[in-house]
Amino acid sequence: MNLLLQNISLPLADFTLEIDAQLQCQVTGIFGPSGAGKTSLLDLIAGLRQPASARIALNDRVLTDTAAGVVMPPRLREIGYVPQDLALFPHLSVRQNLLYGHRNGRETGPLFGFEHVTEVLQLQPLTARGTGDLSGGERQRVALARALLSSPRLLLLDEPLASLEAGLKAKIIPYLRRVRDEFQLPILYVTHDEQEVLALCDEVLEMQRGRMTGRRRINARNP
Amino acid sequence: MTANEWQVVGFTAWVAALSTLVILPPGLAVAWLLARHDWPGKSLVETLVTLPLVMPPVATGLILLKVLGRRGALGGFFHDRLHLDIVFTWRAVLAALGVMSFPLLVRSAQWALEQVNPRFEQIARTLGAGDLRVFFTITLPLALRGIIGGVILAFARALGEFGATIMVAGYIPGKTATLSLSIYQSVQLGEDATAYRFLGVSVALAFAAVWASGWFMRRQRR
Repeated sequence: MNLLLQNISLPLADFTLEIDAQLQCQVTGIFGPSGAGKTSLLDLIAGLRQPASARIALNDRVLTDTAAGVVMPPRLREIGYVPQDLALFPHLSVRQNLLYGHRNGRETGPLFGFEHVTEVLQLQPLTARGTGDLSGGERQRVALARALLSSPRLLLLDEPLASLEAGLKAKIIPYLRRVRDEFQLPILYVTHDEQEVLALCDEVLEMQRGRMTGRRRINARNP
Repeated sequence: MTANEWQVVGFTAWVAALSTLVILPPGLAVAWLLARHDWPGKSLVETLVTLPLVMPPVATGLILLKVLGRRGALGGFFHDRLHLDIVFTWRAVLAALGVMSFPLLVRSAQWALEQVNPRFEQIARTLGAGDLRVFFTITLPLALRGIIGGVILAFARALGEFGATIMVAGYIPGKTATLSLSIYQSVQLGEDATAYRFLGVSVALAFAAVWASGWFMRRQRR
């Protein structure tokens, strides 16, 4: 992938988010303490927040270019976003959640089939249920599958393991690896946990108070 | 109950239901604009919408009388262009009930819409949904209980409206006489038995409305 983040400037409560980077690895970790502006960066890429200035392009497709007055609305960006609170629609069943974005795929049809995604994430037994009686790990997988089924060109994962206890984290990491390897999608992975970076990412950007403070390759992916 | 008395009951229930139905689409639109957007003049509109709730109903009725009368801005238009008279007809009753119950509907719906986490709407957009689809599949269902509550409040307010109605529609038996107007009129004429029968019907209607809202909310909770 080629994700261009140029001249990004977004005033936040305590500081201004300012990023300039070009990302080319399949999985890029965005690493930093709480309140560093990581979620705001994802919101900008998804088009949910408007920056003071920015040029954001994904593989030659311009998503935001404030200088040229271009702001593509979120529904056209084809970016799968799994927010930290997951935002599973509480009034819809698991199946309805999964299918919410499925019909809106590209003209060529959905990128990933319903059967395929639910099999990889082992969701078949859950589809008839409501979202209220799912466990934390199950909710995480449903949110991930819902994003995948909308045929995204890029996946944004915001602290996918932060709310889970240690034992459950170890169970979800293999699912994230399967998604990474099976669907070959570029992923931005926000976290404040070094172990997750090592387990999943090819490269990591370090952020503090809205600035990039470091960037390093993770040489060998753990098996 | 005589046939005339039943006519009063039927007319009241019908015109209150119709007024609630008529104000529902604009009420939801205003509530949504107030709950989800910031725009110049917003607080002015918010105040104007609330005004009938705090002003004396008779004063609101006087304003309506001036606006809807043949020489009023709206009444003149209806009279000259559409050959419709409003004041002292059932249409005036409809207008009075609609205006008086509008704030209750808007306030309740606005509150219900504000309770919906905007994150759900944002994520629905990233999944490819446009504004209309987001509203009808996410926002509205999640706010539905509060909106139904507002509809029932508005309907109940319309059922009992007195002050604005008497100003703009008057008490005309068979034409504009509602339950509230008829109770007052009966007492004035010393027809206590009639007044008590209307009173009984009022209590029954109020009871049914409150019971129906409770039933609906229990059913929603599943």
